[in-house]
Order: sequence, then structure tokens, then C-alpha cells
Amino acid sequence: MKSSLLIVGFFVLGIIVSLFQWLPQILIDADLSIYALYVLMFLVGIGIGADKKAWDILRNARLKIFLVPLTVIVGTAIGVAVVSVFLKNITLREALAIGAGYGYYSLSSIFIGEISGEAMGVVALISNISREILTLLLAPLIARYFGKLAPIAAGGATSMDTTLPVIAKTVGKEFAIIAVFSGIVLTILVPVFVTMILEF
Amino acid sequence: MLIVLGLMTIGIIAGFAVRNFGKIVRAVEPLINAAIFILLFLLGVSVGANKTIINNLDTLGTQAILLAFGAVFGSIVVAFFTYKFFFKPKE
Repeated sequence: MKSSLLIVGFFVLGIIVSLFQWLPQILIDADLSIYALYVLMFLVGIGIGADKKAWDILRNARLKIFLVPLTVIVGTAIGVAVVSVFLKNITLREALAIGAGYGYYSLSSIFIGEISGEAMGVVALISNISREILTLLLAPLIARYFGKLAPIAAGGATSMDTTLPVIAKTVGKEFAIIAVFSGIVLTILVPVFVTMILEF
Repeated sequence: MLIVLGLMTIGIIAGFAVRNFGKIVRAVEPLINAAIFILLFLLGVSVGANKTIINNLDTLGTQAILLAFGAVFGSIVVAFFTYKFFFKPKE
């Protein structure tokens, strides 16, 4: 589950609780988030490992299909790199990490917030939610002008679940399977890429 | 953060090992959700305590949306060529 208003709800609730200082200071000082992140990533790993359908799709994939997530990786990197030139306060490295969320906003914002500070975590959250919304709204338009792979590429990691219905409707069944494949590969790569980009 | 990637790798192996135990597998999803809720809540808490962020939320939001446009546009342009050269049915 990458997307739900509930996720944003908890984020906003956190802000409110903190603004009104309803939270005991000891809880803030303890900085539990890193431990929660450890637990989360172990669980996410189990979720991936136990996903039989995902393994089947990966095992039976033809080599050519790997070009689709690769397209997203290259296209996103170029796109955010160009934009980052015009943004003060956001380095190329941070922009690349935010882009490498590929729409998986819960995980990428948590990671980036933990490594680069809360400000970048917020940017990652809003940016990756926007990517999902843009895909949901523009998929038909994108397909018309940029071809059948384009809505899949726009969706990034979300093309396996949250944006899949829209994508499938726009590009048809045979490309929907490519969307699922690309989404699975990118979902696995999000924590790997974000960490690599920010720490090396 | 390398610890995190290590934990995910161990998780993948563990998950693969228990993939046929439906009970365990079904328990994972709600636990993941709980962890995500806690973490996003905590991110919110640190954001709320940070006056600089709260005061600059409009700037940060604008930058975030611009990055999203860049990411989507870059992706669909490259996808246009990938489709044209590798996926388009030959006439």
C-alpha cells in the first residue's frame, strides 16, 4: 500500500500534535523513527520476498521489458536534474534522491527525511504525491502524445498498484503487465537508490 | 542507512522462505501499514517542531511540484523513444 489519504492524515496529525506541543518531550528526544524504519524495511523485504506473483512476473520477463524501468530511471534523473538547476536550496544530489522516490511517497519521504533532514523529507513527500496525481490525471493525454509506454513511465513505482487501473484503461491489457513489472522493479529499487544517492 | 538495506535483504530472503505460509504473509501487510503510519506521524512531528519548514511550506511545496513535473516530463520523453525503437508494432 503506497498510497492512501490515511498516510497523509498521519503526517498532518503529527504536524498538528507537534505545533500545539501535545507530545511529551521525552518521546521526541528518544527519536524512535530510526528503529521504526528498521522494522519497516525488514517487513517490506518480507512483503517482497513472499510475493509469489511478483516473482513469477520477474522470472518470466523478457530482457526487453527491463528497458521500461530503465527508461523511468534515466528519464526521471534527467528531468529532476534540469529542474534542480533552477531551484535554490535543493542540491542536485537531493533532487536526484527525491526523483528516485518514483512516486513511492511514504517510503521515500521517510528515508530522505531521515538522511537529509525534515525539509527534504517534506519536499520528497509532496513531490512524489504530485507525481502520482499527475499520472492519474494526465495518463490518457500522455499516452496520446508520447506513446503507450509513457503513462507507465510517468507512474514510476506506482504503476503496479495505485495508478495501474488508469494506466490499464489507457494502454490496454498487454501493456498493463509491463506496468506491473516496471512498478515492481522500481518499488524494490526506491530504498536502494535513495540511500546510494544520498550516502555515496 | 546501509543497515536498512541489509535488513531489507534479510527480509526478502525470509519472506521468500515463508512465502507458502499464508498466515505469516497476511500478517505482514497490516504491520507495514502500522510502521508507515508511525513513521509519517513522526516525520510530521519533527516538521511541526521546525519553524523554518512551517514558514517556508509554500516555497518547499512549489519546489516539490516543479520536481514532480521534471520527473514526469523526463520519463515520458525517454519513454517516447523507448516505445518508438523497441515496442512499437512494426508495420
